[in-house]
Amino acid sequence: MKLRRVRAIALKELLQTWRDPRSLMMALLVPVMQMLLLGYGVNLDIQHVPVCTLDEEGSFFSQALLKRFQASRYFELVEALKRPGDIAGAMDQGRCRLALVVPADFSRTIAQTSHGTLQAIVDATDDNSAALATAYANAVIAGFSANVQAVAMQRQGLPVQPPALVVQSRVWFNEDLESRNFIIPGVVALVLALVGAQLTSLTIAREWERGTMELLVSTPVTPMELLVGKLAPYFVIGLLDAGICLAFALVWFEVPFRGAFTTLLVTTSLFLVVVLSMGYLVSVTIRSQVGASQIALLLTVMPISLLSGYAFPIDQMPAPIQAITYAIYARYYVTILKAVFLKGSGLAALALPVLALVAYAIALAWLAARAFRKRIE
Amino acid sequence: MNAPAAAEIVVERLQKRFGRFVAVDEVSFEVGRGQILGFLGPNGAGKSTIIRILCGLLRPSAGSVRVDGIDVSRDPEAVRQRIGYMSQKFSLYADLTVAENLRFYGGIYGVRGAALGARLRHALDIAGLAGREQQLAGTLAGGWKQRLALGCAILHAPHILFLDEPTSGVDPLSRRRFWDLIHDLAAGGVSVIVSTHHMDEAEYCNRIALISQGRLIALGSPGELRRHALGGVLMRVEGHPLERLLERLRGFPATRDVAVFGNAVHVLLDAAAADDEAALRAFLAGQGVADVHVDRAEPSLEDVFVQLVGAQPREREAVR
Ligand SMILES: Nc1ncnc2c1ncn2[C@@H]1O[C@H](COP(=O)(O)OP(=O)(O)O)[C@@H](O)[C@H]1O
Ligand SMILES: [Mg+2]
Repeated sequence: MKLRRVRAIALKELLQTWRDPRSLMMALLVPVMQMLLLGYGVNLDIQHVPVCTLDEEGSFFSQALLKRFQASRYFELVEALKRPGDIAGAMDQGRCRLALVVPADFSRTIAQTSHGTLQAIVDATDDNSAALATAYANAVIAGFSANVQAVAMQRQGLPVQPPALVVQSRVWFNEDLESRNFIIPGVVALVLALVGAQLTSLTIAREWERGTMELLVSTPVTPMELLVGKLAPYFVIGLLDAGICLAFALVWFEVPFRGAFTTLLVTTSLFLVVVLSMGYLVSVTIRSQVGASQIALLLTVMPISLLSGYAFPIDQMPAPIQAITYAIYARYYVTILKAVFLKGSGLAALALPVLALVAYAIALAWLAARAFRKRIE
Repeated sequence: MNAPAAAEIVVERLQKRFGRFVAVDEVSFEVGRGQILGFLGPNGAGKSTIIRILCGLLRPSAGSVRVDGIDVSRDPEAVRQRIGYMSQKFSLYADLTVAENLRFYGGIYGVRGAALGARLRHALDIAGLAGREQQLAGTLAGGWKQRLALGCAILHAPHILFLDEPTSGVDPLSRRRFWDLIHDLAAGGVSVIVSTHHMDEAEYCNRIALISQGRLIALGSPGELRRHALGGVLMRVEGHPLERLLERLRGFPATRDVAVFGNAVHVLLDAAAADDEAALRAFLAGQGVADVHVDRAEPSLEDVFVQLVGAQPREREAVR
């Protein structure tokens, strides 16, 4: 492999990208747009969940609890029901997604046993937000019960101290339950795959379409030099885009970042090799820019947005679909991204998904290097 | 058709099929150092196909091609380092400037350092593009594009050059200039194969390969072709009326072919007919056509071409 040739090709490729408004937009504008669009658009956060109440006790105590819900930004009390039979109707008509039932003996039971039972009925049509609503409801109730304990102790003349153990369903790694924090790291994968595969899907097809391949093939350039020369500039652009995404995630969306940048750099490089090789492979095979870019789109955005687990948790998918996700290369990168961002995991902890990415990178780069034949037939 | 001593390009029984279609059929020829071989033939004759095989772009179906002693099928890369190629269709980067295109090919061919600067200047000079270095190649007019393409093809100073219709879309004056360039290169020892469908350009070549329907139908210098390729003697007969003259001439025993050419008739006679001029006059007198002017005619390459192509069988499918 002659470095001089690789450099000539890389420089030419950069110039062409720079002078092609479509490519330039894809390289620089699309990452920003995607980050904003997906960062805001796919916001699975629940807020102001409509709540119906059925207060069978109607005491000062039970009303105090319900006021707690009203005060939370996650819930909004929309209707006080009269009879238990009304609950189903209210939910079916979508007037509320959570119903809180305070039993008639609520205060009495607590006074006697210091345990109270409150019934919360959740509309689980949307699995994800149902889970979140339950978690929030638990948090509100836990806060309330801690307060009650404190008041009770005060009454008994005991010193007020914060309860030693607060039973709370704690949501790990994303304590403030911002679904955005879950999603944004994965969006990086989506953006890089989209941009990387789109740009490279054009590189060989463009040469065929414009007739420049005829001359290029007549030169002593080797398929390997062509591959490296053509992918190198997009690798740099990909890293630049990763930087843009990271900046947006950290500064704009204020997603926590607990890992090491080197971990991110290593794994992002691997992922870029995968998507760039894939785009190149498509470009070699299809030979038309429009066709290649369509196929590249199909190979990236569709599987990644649905099956990589970036927004829709894989463990909530049916088993056969879960099995399919193992074939989706982006799944491993999304896993890595989330772990690096939220858990601060290092390479050692991520050995498995990193190895999977390495395997994909080697396989695709090998296929891409072999795919191009210096013939015009 | 004397084969040159140090043949740089040797093509033997070359065949190229696209499916059942035979685009190149049993073509053999050689080109010596510093020679200009012209491929002459109509569109679809197979000129580009042969050139593409010589560059290693297409794999031959049968036969062998050696360029500078190297078998193109075996080691196409070694051949590619030695050749310069100018394709029929403009294949430079329209969105790069003149200088960027040249520098790109300089990098691809590994021209480096001080040599690169000198070669770039030389190429710009040859192409007459000095002062236009920063112009996008796509915005150049047709003739200038061709010059840039030639500039790129010779950037690495190859000693074998394949030019596929380099003068198509070029005005006559620039064509003349182009041929001067080709001659300069050949004088410097570069072997050139150049294709054209302009008959008048054939005269600029050292040797000509007449190609029609994938077959090499004649090979030789322009002079040789004019004198011998017809395999007979061409006579020019003037008289009146042309129709009757034509008809009578067909009856002459030694006549192989007759065609109206301007205000005269061209008759191709068997070479064996010894003192044909006198015999023909006597024959016509005997036929009652006395007021004629008969003399030998120097056939044009077009005559040769029309004659040879007309004699060629039509079918072109592979036998298998
Ligand atoms: N890749 C191809 N597939 C099928 N037929 C082809 C191909 N390339 C050329 N041909 C056919 O081969 C014949 C010779 O073409 P070409 O070499 O381009 O002729 P020329 O250069 O003399 O005009 C034409 O009939 C053309 O249609
Ligand atoms: Mg042609």
